[in-house]
Amino acid sequence: MTVSDAQADSQAGPDRVALDKGGALDKGAVPAADERIRVERAARAAEPNGSQLSRLLDSGAGRNLGLVAVLVLLGIVGVLSADTFLTTSNLLTILTQASIIGVITVGVTFVIIGGGIDLSVGKVMALSSVWATTVATQSYGPVVMIFCALAVGMGAGLVNGLLIAYGRIVPFIVTLAMLISAQGLAEQISGRRSQIVTDRVIAGIANTRFLGIPLLIYIFAVVVIVGWVVLNRTTFGRRTFAIGGNPEAARLAGLDVRRHTILLYVVSGLCCGVAAIMIASLTTTGSSTHGTLYELDAIAAVIIGGTLLSGGRGTLVGSILGVLVFTTITNLFILNNLATEVQNIAKGAIIVIAVLVQARARRTSAAS
Amino acid sequence: MPPLLTMRGIVKQFPGVRALDGVDLDVEAGEVHCLLGQNGAGKSTLIKVLAGAHRPDEGEVTWSGAPVVFATPQAADTAGIATIYQELDLVPGLSVAENVVLGHEPSRLGFTRPRDAEDVARALLRRLGHPEIPPRRELGRLSAAGQQVVSMARALARDARLIVMDEPSAVLDPEEVQNLFRVIRELTAEGVAVVYISHRLEEIREIGDRVTVLKDGRTVARNLPARETPTADVIRLMTGRSIEYAFPPRAAEPLGDEVLAVEGLGRTGEFAGVSFTVRAGEIIGLAGLVGSGRSEIIETVYGARKATAGSVRVRGKQLRAGSVPAAVRAGMGLCPEERKSQGLLMGEPVYRNVSLPALTRFARGGFLGRDSDLDAAGAVTAQLDVRPADATRPVRTLSGGNQQKVVLARWLLQGCRVLLLDEPTRGVDVGARSEIYALIRKLAADGVAIVLVSSEVPEVLGLADTVLVVREGRVVHTAPSAELDEGRVLDLVMESVSPMGTRDDGV
Ligand SMILES: Nc1ncnc2c1ncn2[C@@H]1O[C@H](COP(=O)(O)OP(=O)(O)OP(=O)(O)O)[C@@H](O)[C@H]1O
Ligand SMILES: [Mg+2]
Repeated sequence: MTVSDAQADSQAGPDRVALDKGGALDKGAVPAADERIRVERAARAAEPNGSQLSRLLDSGAGRNLGLVAVLVLLGIVGVLSADTFLTTSNLLTILTQASIIGVITVGVTFVIIGGGIDLSVGKVMALSSVWATTVATQSYGPVVMIFCALAVGMGAGLVNGLLIAYGRIVPFIVTLAMLISAQGLAEQISGRRSQIVTDRVIAGIANTRFLGIPLLIYIFAVVVIVGWVVLNRTTFGRRTFAIGGNPEAARLAGLDVRRHTILLYVVSGLCCGVAAIMIASLTTTGSSTHGTLYELDAIAAVIIGGTLLSGGRGTLVGSILGVLVFTTITNLFILNNLATEVQNIAKGAIIVIAVLVQARARRTSAAS
Repeated sequence: MPPLLTMRGIVKQFPGVRALDGVDLDVEAGEVHCLLGQNGAGKSTLIKVLAGAHRPDEGEVTWSGAPVVFATPQAADTAGIATIYQELDLVPGLSVAENVVLGHEPSRLGFTRPRDAEDVARALLRRLGHPEIPPRRELGRLSAAGQQVVSMARALARDARLIVMDEPSAVLDPEEVQNLFRVIRELTAEGVAVVYISHRLEEIREIGDRVTVLKDGRTVARNLPARETPTADVIRLMTGRSIEYAFPPRAAEPLGDEVLAVEGLGRTGEFAGVSFTVRAGEIIGLAGLVGSGRSEIIETVYGARKATAGSVRVRGKQLRAGSVPAAVRAGMGLCPEERKSQGLLMGEPVYRNVSLPALTRFARGGFLGRDSDLDAAGAVTAQLDVRPADATRPVRTLSGGNQQKVVLARWLLQGCRVLLLDEPTRGVDVGARSEIYALIRKLAADGVAIVLVSSEVPEVLGLADTVLVVREGRVVHTAPSAELDEGRVLDLVMESVSPMGTRDDGV
């Protein structure tokens, strides 16, 4: 490249020094400076009229603004309709109820951002709870029970992942098949009976409190924090977004897409294993009837949390807010003795409204 | 008679970027009006405004003398404006015919008439010189060039009075371009106006009547005569400087050791018996028509397609067939042919696209600091003069040529021993183009072994040390580039023409 326009050169010179914070390596790239000036001037010009708002809407917190608003609204309805709503014990009840589906939702968020779907979560959790609470497993004590639940969950995830990555079957089918067969296997192992948890440690988890807060809520919090860090601060998380966004581009950039896909389903299975221990403790049973329709609740929470069902975009915080919205609705209906039918209608409506509101918010922030 | 179209003072503001800052354009019926400008000058944005895909913030549009506002693409369509977008906007799952008539399906009483649609598509494809593309074939199974032809057929199907073509020639080879020009001449003879965008100035000279030049979102010159205006003036208007449009000379340094050795490489049904070696600092060029197997060959070398025969060695070590991670670990990098579908994560910020393969380098035990890769990636994009300079913007909001640079930046950051470049300057403006040439030269001088695929013969001849001519999946000729000239390569390349509608996989 030869640059022979001395005038442009001298004009651009000083600004360049001021503006190049990244340090341009190519000394010949003269027009960069006036471009930068133009862009920055435009950015400044746009700042006062609504660009700050749009930037906020675009940031993680902003995208969840709608959900926070819904939560606040539900809170107000709760306070007005039931005096027990805003008590510590009721709020802890909501969080405890959210904890199990919340842990599962963390795994499902990973899978969906990575471009997949996992329908098997509810029944994999049931299978893990059953396997971990057979008389034989319980005889080895709590550590083996926990290990067993996690291993069963991860094993099921591994099978899902292998079939999807190497068998090239679509995730919807694979995990649907897993849902059905995990249910069957759980029924076979348990003989369709609820297996009572006799181990004191496991049974005690749900009753343990630290500083007045149930241990289940701590577990939930830890899983969410670990999930958030992995998703946002590790190469694994970054690659999850890449693979969900454009698997072919990710592959050609040298990522091992198949291995990563398998790992995503293993993560989801691991979350199911954790949830299995939690539910076994809370209900003091391992049962094939646990977790029915959890997959739909989890997917619904992920979607209203703003994660694209097609992958590549989403936040964990949004998913968790989604879980809290659903659990709060359930709580409100119970406090007010309303029928579950109405509750389900309300949930359906909220899903649609939340998605519409988010789509609108994204459009306005993109168009401004 | 009033001009067919006038646009005055068009302003379009995106968050943080004023893409159009007062643009004027006049188009007369029956002319080919060329729109020139560097990457990011605002050409595509302008035609999206014209086509009703973006709403301008300010400015007036008059169409046949009457002021209009095209609020939706349908409105522009009804008025008689058809657009071929830079990024293909077809539906891969539908058939060729369905794509051609999309939105205007021939129907009776609400039932579509697929036969009629196929007839329409067949007639148009024949007119475009491609009777071999079957109207019923699923679109996704055509090559990129085939899809471009379908996209043109779709614009023609509208009986438009103005057809806008945003870099239609980028994926076409010379003969295809001549076909396109023939059709354009037929159209203008019937009084249809064409707005033509291309970075290849020689095309402008051949087909254009008048030229409008954009720079940084403004019209800097209007209605210049396309044939009489000297190239140097046009370049100066576009870039604000003059550029010696030439290939930088080879460094005098001797070539290093053999880095890449490809032996007897083949893939059933695509190509066979490909052997070549590349030494450190050497540039090997693959010349051939679109669909001749060039892209397939380098994708197979890279492991993105699994070889059915032969071997690939990097510094003596054989690579596992069909494994991209193995190739990347051995120090290879690929800039793929189609940046949108194969190269980029469109929704992700620029820096994340750049740092993707090199990510582990910025991590400690798998953990990344908050945007710890931003500075390093930003430095590389600044080096390539990617605009806007802010590396946190989503790649989607960059202009086509700047997106191409983002793909190059990725491998620059990674640092490769072997770099495979598939059409590295597609859609890149003259200024950036010469920068990319210089960059390729510099990489070679630094000891990188480079394999270059390009449809532009001068590019191959100007950069490569050795040229391999590929025809129908075979290397038919190998020679030092000094012993070849453009005419000779074109002869070798075209000895018999391969039909492009019949590539059987969707990559
Ligand atoms: N949707 C968008 N959001 C934000 N910025 C955008 C968007 N689309 C385009 N831009 C910006 O507008 C400017 C003009 O882009 P445009 O695509 O019109 O360039 P172009 O002249 O077509 O370039 P090329 O030759 O590379 O195709 C660029 O700075 C680009 O980054
Ligand atoms: Mg463009």
